[in-house]
Amino acid sequence: MKIIVCVKQVPDTSGKVAVNPDGTLDRASMLTIINPDDKNAIEAALKLKDETGCRVTAVTMGPPPAEGMLRELIAMGCDDAVLISGREFGGSDTFATSQIIAAGINAIGLEEDDIVFCGRQAIDGDTAQVGPQIAEKLDIPQISYAADIKVEGKKVTVKRMLEDGYMTVETQTPCLITCIKELNEPRYMSVAGIVGAYSKPMDVMDYPRLKDDPLIEVDTIGLAGSPTNILTSFTPPQKGAGMMLEGADKATCEQLAGILVKKHII
Amino acid sequence: MDFVLSKEHEMLRKMYREFAETEVKPLAEEIDEEERFPMETVEKMAKLGMMGIYFPQQYGGAGADVLAYAMAVEELAKVCGTTAVIVSAHTSLCCAPIFEHGTEEQKMKYLPKLCKGEWIGAFGLTEPGAGTDAQGQQTTAVLDEAGENWILNGSKCFITNGNVANVFVVIAVTGKTTDKKGRPMKEISAFIVEGTDPGFSQGKHEKKMGIRGSSTCDLIFEDCVIPKDRLLGKKGEGFKIAMKTLDGGRIGIASQALGLGEGAVEEAIKYTKERVQFGKRISQFQNTQFQLADMHTKMQAAQFLVYSAALKKMEHAKNPKVSYSMDAAMAKLFAAEAASDVTRRAVQLFGGYGYTREYPVERMMRDAKITEIYEGTSEVQRMVIASNLGVK
Repeated sequence: MKIIVCVKQVPDTSGKVAVNPDGTLDRASMLTIINPDDKNAIEAALKLKDETGCRVTAVTMGPPPAEGMLRELIAMGCDDAVLISGREFGGSDTFATSQIIAAGINAIGLEEDDIVFCGRQAIDGDTAQVGPQIAEKLDIPQISYAADIKVEGKKVTVKRMLEDGYMTVETQTPCLITCIKELNEPRYMSVAGIVGAYSKPMDVMDYPRLKDDPLIEVDTIGLAGSPTNILTSFTPPQKGAGMMLEGADKATCEQLAGILVKKHII
Repeated sequence: MDFVLSKEHEMLRKMYREFAETEVKPLAEEIDEEERFPMETVEKMAKLGMMGIYFPQQYGGAGADVLAYAMAVEELAKVCGTTAVIVSAHTSLCCAPIFEHGTEEQKMKYLPKLCKGEWIGAFGLTEPGAGTDAQGQQTTAVLDEAGENWILNGSKCFITNGNVANVFVVIAVTGKTTDKKGRPMKEISAFIVEGTDPGFSQGKHEKKMGIRGSSTCDLIFEDCVIPKDRLLGKKGEGFKIAMKTLDGGRIGIASQALGLGEGAVEEAIKYTKERVQFGKRISQFQNTQFQLADMHTKMQAAQFLVYSAALKKMEHAKNPKVSYSMDAAMAKLFAAEAASDVTRRAVQLFGGYGYTREYPVERMMRDAKITEIYEGTSEVQRMVIASNLGVK
C-alpha cells in the first residue's frame, strides 16, 4: 500500500499580501507556506504509515522552488516526493491542474490498495475543486471533507464533516480522500527527518515526461487548457471598524436602537 | 569562510522556531511563576529528536551537528530560558561526556535512552566548597574491598535537572596524585550514577532568581554503591573530563544567552512600535532606535561567536588537535554579558510595563543573569581566554 498526497505551496496570507498592478497576486514577492489543509492530508498519511508501514509520496505542481516545501514534507516523514514542473503547465486553472496531477499520479502508478490524499482546499483559490477533479480523471471513488479515516485492507471508512452533521461513507481502494483541519494536528518536522531530507529521492516530472499520458493535450493544460477566465480581480474595500456597546440596560438598548434608526436599518 | 547556513540548518531553525512559538512560549510565564519543570515539553522535544540532536543515530541521536544543537537552544531561549537550559544541561553535560569518554557498553546502555528523552541527564561537579575552584572537591569514591563497587560519599550542589534526572555524570576524588611539577594534588575521576543507585538521593528544589522552571538541587551520596564499570574514562581523568565537558557546556549556555538577548530584542521591537507617548510611537524616538540598533548589533556579534565555537567543536570531533576551549569561553563570556545588558535595556524600553510580570522582558532579564554565572562565571571565562593567550 502506498499513499500519494497532493500538496500545494501557497502564499502566506498571515504576512504581507502583495498585488500586481493588474490585480493578480504577486506570488514571487510573498512568503510561501504549505497549504494548511494539505498538512492535515500529510499527517493523515503519516499516521497510516506509522500504523501500517506504508509508503508516503508527496506530489506537488509548481515552480522549481517548490522543492523546498517537498523537502520539508520529507522531513516530516514522507518517503519521497514528486515535483511536477514545466513552463507548459503554467497558468493552469483547477481543471488543467487536476488533469496534470492525475497524469503525474498515473506516472507514479496507482495500484489496487493505494490511496490519494488531498487537502480540502487551498487558501489562495479556495475552490476545493482540484481533489475531486483528480479523482474523476483517475476514475476512482472520492470522499471529501474527511474528519476521520479508517483503513482496513481495501476497505476505507471515512467520517465526512458536513455543515449540519456527519456522514459515514465506505469505499474501496484505490480512492481519493480530501482532508479538513479537524482531522488531525499535523506533526512537526523532526531533527533526524531534516538531517536526511536532502538525501531522499525527489523526482521531477516535466512536460516531456508526462506528454504521452492521454490526459495531457495542448488544449487540456496550461493557460490554453483552462476553461476559467478571470474577467476582473480587485481588492475589496475595507469595512469600517465596528462599534461595541456594553450593558444590558434600557439606556444601552435605546442607544443601539438610535444608531440602527440613523442607519435606516430599522 | 562561509556565513551562509545550509538548507538543513535553515529548515532546522524553522522547525525549532515553530515548535518554540507554539509549544514553549505559551508555557513560559506559567512555569516561571509556579517554578514547575515542564515535563510535557521535554516529552514533545524528545519525539522530535531534540534531546540528542548531535549524537549519531546508532546511539539514538538525531545525527545532526553541534551547530544544529546550538541553534535549538538559541530558539528555545528566545521564548523560554528554562526550556533552553533543560536541553543544554542534558545534552552537553550528560550525553556529551558519555559519548566522548564512555566505553561502547556505557554508550549503548545510556545514550539511546538519553537521546530519546526516556531518561534525563545531569552533571555533578559543583560542591558547596568547590565552585570555580573545581580542584576543591570533597566528594570521594573508594573501591570496595572486593574491588567490585565504588562507594561514593559527599554532596553536590546547584545541579541543573537534578530533581528530574535519571542519569548523572559525577566527579569525585579517588585518591592522591602529583601534578607535573611533583606537587601533591587530588586524583579526580568521573562516574555515571543512576537515580536508583542505593545511597543516592536528591536534595530540595533550589529557589532561584531566574530559570525558575528549571530543576536545581543538591545531590547527596551516603555510601552510594555503584558497580565498578560505572567509572567514566580512566581513573584520574575526571578533572580533564569535567573541563572538557564544561567547554562543550559553555556553547550550550552561550546559545541560551544568545537566544535570551535576541528574544528580548524581538519583544522590544514589537512593543516600541505599539507604545505611544507624546503622540508618537516610541519607536519613532531616536533613543529607542539607537538602543535597539546597539542591542541587535551586540546579539548579532554574539551569534557569530557562538556559531563559530560550535563549528570549532565540530572541527575538534574530526581533528582532536583543534581546541575549542577558548572559542567556547569567548562565546559564553560575550553572549552572557550581552544578554544581561540587552535584556536590562529591553526592560528599560518597556518602562513600567517592563517591570511587571505582564510582559516577558523582566523574566528574560532574570534568566539572563545566570548565564554569567553557571558553567563557569564570566571571570572564569576570562581566565580561560587569558591562559589560552599564554598570559600568565
